[in-house]
Amino acid sequence: MSRTNLSGARLLPWLVGAVLIALPFANRDPYHLHLLILILIWSFAYTSWSMMGRFGLVSLGHGGFMGVGAYVTALLWNHAGLTPWLGIPISLACAGLLAVIVGYPCFRFRITGHYFVLVTLALSGIVLQVITASRDYTGGSLGFSPNRVPGNSLWALQFEDKRTWYLIALAIWAVGLLIWRTVDRSMDRYALEAISEDEDAAAAAGVNVTWEKLKITVISALMTAFAGALYCQYQMFITPDTVSGISVSLQMVFAVIVGGVYVALGPTVGAVITILLAEALRIGFGTKAVGWDNLIYGLLLVLFIIFLPKGILGSTLARFQARR
Amino acid sequence: MQSFLEIFDIYLLEAVINGILFGGVLALLALGLNLIFGVIDVTWICYAELVMIGMYGMYYLVSVFHVSYWIAAPLCILLVAGMGALLHILVIQPLLSAPPINQLLATGGVLFFLQSLATVAFGIDFRNLGIQLPVLALGEMHFSYSRLLSFAAALVGMVAVYVFMKRSYTGIAIRAIAQDRQIMALMGVDARRIYIVTSALGGALAGLAACLLVLQYDVHPFVGLSFGPITFLICVLGGLGNFVGGFVASFVFAEIISLGGLFSDLEWGYVLAFGFFILMMFVRPGGLLARRQ
Repeated sequence: MSRTNLSGARLLPWLVGAVLIALPFANRDPYHLHLLILILIWSFAYTSWSMMGRFGLVSLGHGGFMGVGAYVTALLWNHAGLTPWLGIPISLACAGLLAVIVGYPCFRFRITGHYFVLVTLALSGIVLQVITASRDYTGGSLGFSPNRVPGNSLWALQFEDKRTWYLIALAIWAVGLLIWRTVDRSMDRYALEAISEDEDAAAAAGVNVTWEKLKITVISALMTAFAGALYCQYQMFITPDTVSGISVSLQMVFAVIVGGVYVALGPTVGAVITILLAEALRIGFGTKAVGWDNLIYGLLLVLFIIFLPKGILGSTLARFQARR
Repeated sequence: MQSFLEIFDIYLLEAVINGILFGGVLALLALGLNLIFGVIDVTWICYAELVMIGMYGMYYLVSVFHVSYWIAAPLCILLVAGMGALLHILVIQPLLSAPPINQLLATGGVLFFLQSLATVAFGIDFRNLGIQLPVLALGEMHFSYSRLLSFAAALVGMVAVYVFMKRSYTGIAIRAIAQDRQIMALMGVDARRIYIVTSALGGALAGLAACLLVLQYDVHPFVGLSFGPITFLICVLGGLGNFVGGFVASFVFAEIISLGGLFSDLEWGYVLAFGFFILMMFVRPGGLLARRQ
């Protein structure tokens, strides 16, 4: 009995994967695919936030990293004609550099807890200010569109077919989960958990606190910036408010907490819930819905933190395990 | 060339003085945040949103219901003070034993909530009181009376809080609890009550700031984002919970923003302030006035 259970558990991810890959060929409805693509891209972004968040490194600066990823890629394409194949690595490098500049002093000088949150909060606010201030290049708060190339172009990373985008987003989402799992099974996880419990004790036990924290921050920032670039390439229109700033950072926190910080698929569950909620409100109430989705998010975020801090998936899994 | 320099100097002086005037309001906000952090050990991420609600309160009282500004202001301060107490009772109190990060994120949820509430209730239009205060011309320099008034009122507000903390029994209890949470309960101080009073006081400071800011800026649901992050930077730069540090840092930041705005856009002033902040974190991570370790 236990053997069949085991092989069943092993087969399940492959089965789900096959179904997900086959999905766009069975259901060609562009609206459904659009929703799925958005869910996958945001799941990837939320997963990258939870990489840090699960170790108590709560950052509200991820809106900033996402904005850098999206805007640097798009700006290089429009103003320098640089293909996203080069633009994305450059934007990732910028986001990584930003993460090091902000992260290093924070970790070196033991800026933790409230302080760290406030510093990173300021970071996302400032990235928003820079994008708005350099309106001659970025279009300011009116938004920015990468120049269109007719048809499908691998060079410009622009595809008209939603199925292509779905498969790209699916692959990247899967890679995100893989990175999560790699970290989960590495020694770094134990080091970071020790740090989140007690920094001094961890340092005394021989953990290089600054280096470990910096490493996970940079990984998380790179993934977030990548999500931003991907979002920009898919949507072909970005505004400072949709890819950067405090509200995007808080949106990440909200989705991850609703889904569950400590489980791999928690952020994905959070993305499914938030995007479906926003879409349902938009369809149900039309333009009257402006503001209502965030109103409900805010309320739910407070309620979840008070009553269900492990998130929906986390709590369900915990209950399931307790019963067994 | 000579005349160019003279004009330039006057603009510079004007920017410096405007920076000081701006710093007064920032110091008021920083004081409120520091008070709450020092006593309850909680950061209200939604602090600037309380100010935003206060600004809407002022707008509706003065422009829609035609209440005199001087009557509307105290009402508004009471309103925001009440919201501060409510925020503590509804959100912070159930989370007092939870990890501090959870409290902070919960107030982040309140930030979302208040912003969208304002969007839903008041719309996204920019609104202003329509009160045009005269401009004081001092030689070649121009200062709006609204800024001067804000600065003076902010100073009065801060002195009032200082006197309250030094002289009244409640103020002494608040300062004592900030020093040692456990012992004060044994000394017969009701921590619950002190927390609520402190939250209301923090809210009142936000309300006062709202009454002053509404004279200078238009109200819209996202107005909190334009000075919220800068207030947090100030508090961290001054050292969270350090009142004097926050006061000094407010003026340092206001000067950087004002002078940065003189040479370029106001937004670049903010960016410059952030650069300075990062630099200071390397030099003095514990805050401006912290002793070096």
